[in-house]
Amino acid sequence: MAEQLYQRDVYGKTLVELGKANKDIVVLDADLSSSTRTGFFAKEFPDRFFNFGVAEQNMMASAAGLAACGKTVFLSTFAIFASGRAWDQVRNSICYNNFDVKIVATHAGISVGPDGASHQALEDIGLMRVIPNMNIIVPCDGPQTADAIKTAASTKGPFYIRLGRPKVATLENKGDFRFGKVQILSEGNDITIIACGIMVEEALSAVKALANKGIKARLINMHTLRPVDTESILNAARQTKGIIVCEEHTTIAGLASSVNEVLSENYPVKVMRLGIRNRFGQSGEPAELLKEYSLTSIDIEKSAEDFLANL
Amino acid sequence: MKPTQEEIKNLEDKAKRIRRLIIQMIAKAGSGHPGGSLSSTDLITALYFSVLKHDPKNPLWPERDRFHMSKGHCCPLWYAVLAERGYFPESELLTLRQLGSILQGHPDRRTPGVESASGSLGQGLSVALGMSLALRMDKKDSRVYVLMGDGEIQEGNIWEAAMAAAHYKCDNLCAILDYNGFQIDGKTCSVMNLEPLKDKWRAFGWHAIEINGHDMKEILCAYAEAKEKKSSPTIIIAHTVKGKGVSFMENVCDFHGRAPTKEEAEQALKELA
Repeated sequence: MAEQLYQRDVYGKTLVELGKANKDIVVLDADLSSSTRTGFFAKEFPDRFFNFGVAEQNMMASAAGLAACGKTVFLSTFAIFASGRAWDQVRNSICYNNFDVKIVATHAGISVGPDGASHQALEDIGLMRVIPNMNIIVPCDGPQTADAIKTAASTKGPFYIRLGRPKVATLENKGDFRFGKVQILSEGNDITIIACGIMVEEALSAVKALANKGIKARLINMHTLRPVDTESILNAARQTKGIIVCEEHTTIAGLASSVNEVLSENYPVKVMRLGIRNRFGQSGEPAELLKEYSLTSIDIEKSAEDFLANL
Repeated sequence: MKPTQEEIKNLEDKAKRIRRLIIQMIAKAGSGHPGGSLSSTDLITALYFSVLKHDPKNPLWPERDRFHMSKGHCCPLWYAVLAERGYFPESELLTLRQLGSILQGHPDRRTPGVESASGSLGQGLSVALGMSLALRMDKKDSRVYVLMGDGEIQEGNIWEAAMAAAHYKCDNLCAILDYNGFQIDGKTCSVMNLEPLKDKWRAFGWHAIEINGHDMKEILCAYAEAKEKKSSPTIIIAHTVKGKGVSFMENVCDFHGRAPTKEEAEQALKELA
């Protein structure tokens, strides 16, 4: 059984570690510090933590002011609020200024579970992806969350880092984390599966099942959504028979769109999109919801077989 | 210390010169916002020529006070003041709003002296709050000043920031409200009433000072009072006249966001001579 970690726990611990080394790191939250785990930092460095109460717009624009005075700001709330509630503040006060503000959004995607549709951010990648200067990382597991946070701390400019609510299995042998470069978790030339976040684990199970059927799939963990690793997408298009994109996000404007933008301009191939199709989420356990929205490893496996059968 | 007659006279002369530059810039650009620029001219002239701790030759001097213009559409005023203080050559002023200019239609960090962009209303008090917290964390005795419009404070974000600045006892923060009573669609009292305004800020935990925003003595005294106030942020509610200084622009809503024609500009400059 693989190690299971909350990405949020790793985030909170990494922040404390970074905070010890860098006195200019400041952390903000909007009344969710126990859920997002910024509370770890607050306990360790109370003078460098500010709770803004339930006021995300103020938190975002204040982060810009802190960054204008040389601070590296990490701030957290749930993804639904981080991306939508204060979008104009993120665009105009943070990204337009190209300030050092790192938005670490937790509770993203359908896997939020029982809280239901109002709390399930399925559009956040799209909302953040369209803003110039924004860097985006969607780590697939606990250790990769630490990589993402450390990268954001050491790289100038705004970041959006998307984390989930449930525990996730640690994936072995991913290779080094390089910001802006994909990780190829499985080599193969029959078909390519591109995934991010919790969908990487589902895709990995699908790849193993496909291998048993003689289908060699290339699995790409596209942890960095911006900047886009164009080269790896084009290699996959040239070297394999097609591409399936899996994301815990609407099929509009997220990872699949990002992949399609690269392909349509350079090397158009058939792309199948597995994600949430023009629907809101609903209450349920994460595993039930993945099934309801056709995002399980079995769905990926079947999609790959259908894809290859219909070429 | 009481401001001297000479100091006040100098500031009044400067303000008149700034108003002339505002008219010239906006007329040349063919678009822009004269009304609110002219109503807050005295407030910002006094700030930059008599109050603010800054060094135009070293805009990033670590000990500097911060100024942020939350009502970003009044940047012609800011640009004129920055040029007069020597942040960049005055010749740049006539490039306002042109392609490639360092003087964008709304504030942008490409302008020397501008520390944070603005233009989307309601965010600047938060930006100033962030600056205030950062400076306090670094144990600087620098202060933060932010200019807001009256229509602007209809934005909910302002009140989020107001609540937080009082909660965090940001006494190094001074907000300046240009209360000219007009917004794009008409009088603030008919579009969306702001009153009782002083009571609102007091209820939010602020020290509120009400002044005539065109009286240099009152302006300087208000800045001095704000500096002395401990444990709470201060707002200077400055009663002003939209389009102040140009007879046909005063209290005329149309000049919120319209450039004067060539003839109107000439007339305005005569009045400001």
